[in-house]
Amino acid sequence: MNPEIISTTTEEYKELIESLKKDGFEMMVDLTVVDWFRKKEPRFEIVVQFLSTSKNSRKTVKVFVNDEDLTIPSITEIYPSANFYEREAYDMFGIVFEDHPDLTRILMPDDWEGHPLRKNYGSGRIPVQFKNAPKVD
Amino acid sequence: MYTPDNIFTTTIDKAVRWSRTQSMWPVTFGLACCAIEMMAAGSAKYDLARYGMEVFRASPRQADLMIVAGRVSQKMAPVLRQVYDQMADPKWVIAMGACSSTGGMFNNYALVQGVDHIVPVDIYVPGCPPGPQSLMHGILTLHDKIMDGEINR
Amino acid sequence: MKNNKIKKSKLSNFKNKLDFWATNSEEGGWNISSTDEGSQKMLEDENEKQIKIQTGTEVVDDFVIDEDTSDDERMIVNMGPQHPSTHGVLRLQAELEGEVVRRVKPIIGYLHTGMEKTGEELNYFQGPTNTTRMDYLSPLFNELVFSLTTEKLIGIEVPKRAETIRILMTELNRVSSHLVALATGGMDIGALSMMIFGFRERELILNFFEKTTGLRMNHNYIRPGGVAADLPDGWQKDVEEILKIIPEKLQDYDDMLLDNPIWKGRLQNVGILTTEECFAYGVTGPSLRASGYSWDLRKSQPYSGIENYDFDVPTLNEGDVFARWRVKVLEIFESLKIIEQAMNNMPKGPYKVQDKKITPPPRKRLDESMEALIHHFKIYTEGFKVPEGDAYVAVESPRGELGCYIVSDGSAKPYRMHVRGPSFCNLQALPVIMTDSPIADAVAAIASLDPVIGDVDR
Repeated sequence: MNPEIISTTTEEYKELIESLKKDGFEMMVDLTVVDWFRKKEPRFEIVVQFLSTSKNSRKTVKVFVNDEDLTIPSITEIYPSANFYEREAYDMFGIVFEDHPDLTRILMPDDWEGHPLRKNYGSGRIPVQFKNAPKVD
Repeated sequence: MYTPDNIFTTTIDKAVRWSRTQSMWPVTFGLACCAIEMMAAGSAKYDLARYGMEVFRASPRQADLMIVAGRVSQKMAPVLRQVYDQMADPKWVIAMGACSSTGGMFNNYALVQGVDHIVPVDIYVPGCPPGPQSLMHGILTLHDKIMDGEINR
Repeated sequence: MKNNKIKKSKLSNFKNKLDFWATNSEEGGWNISSTDEGSQKMLEDENEKQIKIQTGTEVVDDFVIDEDTSDDERMIVNMGPQHPSTHGVLRLQAELEGEVVRRVKPIIGYLHTGMEKTGEELNYFQGPTNTTRMDYLSPLFNELVFSLTTEKLIGIEVPKRAETIRILMTELNRVSSHLVALATGGMDIGALSMMIFGFRERELILNFFEKTTGLRMNHNYIRPGGVAADLPDGWQKDVEEILKIIPEKLQDYDDMLLDNPIWKGRLQNVGILTTEECFAYGVTGPSLRASGYSWDLRKSQPYSGIENYDFDVPTLNEGDVFARWRVKVLEIFESLKIIEQAMNNMPKGPYKVQDKKITPPPRKRLDESMEALIHHFKIYTEGFKVPEGDAYVAVESPRGELGCYIVSDGSAKPYRMHVRGPSFCNLQALPVIMTDSPIADAVAAIASLDPVIGDVDR
């Protein structure tokens, strides 16, 4: 099933979500972010998936967020399920959701620095040493 | 009367070692996939009770063996250390699975690359996840090593 | 003044002893500080929205406060992350009022593995190795959803035999996953025999998996373009055995639990989740079906040709823990129906797509032809390129809607790989089902949602 894709701006984002809720899209199933570092401007693309069980259809909403101004309105009032997803997006990408009840890190420890899923954040790979390892009898 | 003092000590030593191996109670430290295999090892078909080990203790105070089953994240590491510190001596650690032994296939920012960075590990059990047989082999190896005096606490 | 000093020194003495006992060293390396991760604490005073979320009154306000109790009886209790009945490393902070849970805050992230970052480093051929470790009770579903998304991006269709094998294997996986859910759920509530039984029957299915895929868990069997290997010789016999034994054993469970007054008393009217709350919190799967809403992606948005099979979607109206348990049992029966049909109608033919760009040559060709060897090497080291674009595909996993969102930039590795874990969303409904019930029911409530923490934290 191919979801219908709607692109919008940060200003119209919340209104659009409200109209979707009235339209009969009961569930917000997924919210994620794509980091287009040095590939696209604006840098962050927020992708939200909606599901209507009554109409049996899906919709995808895409919003671009600028690197300088990382704020976007929160939709937790409309869809309470967005709570964890927005916290995850904040944790992993540093997107700030305005009026979110508890915008703290969710997966990483609280004192963690940086946002791991950004493209300019290294994967933290530790090189594996195969040579000169102590011999085992 | 002269008695060689080594006879007496070795026998006590042996008795102590034997008693340590025969009822080694593990603490439930299930983290990820390996925890399911650890549970499978404890239940009907594989039956860890044969080695006096079916009592998985919820409290670290009552346990002797920590089976670190699964990947240890940076957030979990202090918790793991605290659970280990709370265990009463003598205590042993088995790193079960590739992730807790070396970090496994996830060589990235989130995981501790081997639980031996945090706690001393006695036995590494390979596999992703190791089957219950592998885990039991690891446990039996630990028993043997304690009996031989290779691991001495 | 003097008294105070003496008391303090006594206390520090005691602490030294404690340290010595715990760490076996005079310095006392063990300090009794908590391992709390900063501000992810439940506070005494939260803002209004937070209180609404934590008391589960955001959607339906059924929050009743007994006026007679004083504030002194309120306390905040921490449960987990190392706790035997939180199904992994879930941590909960609960505010108790005497015996009653008033507020709950789930804290997650203790199993965060960075799989989405690792997924960007592995090519599409290696991708299932990564995703299969997310939801470790239903690994084949994770592989399936990753493969379906990749196939959608490339625009290929897998052969009929591969599709049928996929259905057969995933439905077997659903049975084994539900069996573990029943087993651990039973153990949490105190039905210890259920634990032994569930794992015993699961071994039957895992043996078949081991025979087919080579591993008991984390198979990496379903790959983009088909499945990794054909079914082994004599597979019908094993599946027939499973189909024969599991219903008998399920009957045993029913004899033991269905009319058991203790089981009923502990589960009925506990942790009620209404359809409205399910929609609001994005709860899918057995929990949604137990609340009286018949929604199954296998029926409404079918994948891998599952629309050709004849099965029902069990739905119950109570929405309590008992209904969620019952739906899982009934779903096993439906899955067995699908398995039987898949076994009887297994088409012949290739089990991988016959596209040389995607499928590596078979093993026996490597000994004969050098081109095949080079081709094999290229596919396994570089992988195959996937056209630019993005796709979201969802399947019905044992826990609900399992989605995968992949963004491709035209190279052999995904630019962004995100998996929508059903447990992650379902966990948000935990405050709703846990609040305003005794602390003894909390364990039953957690077990009924059946969260897999690997799926939550990824």
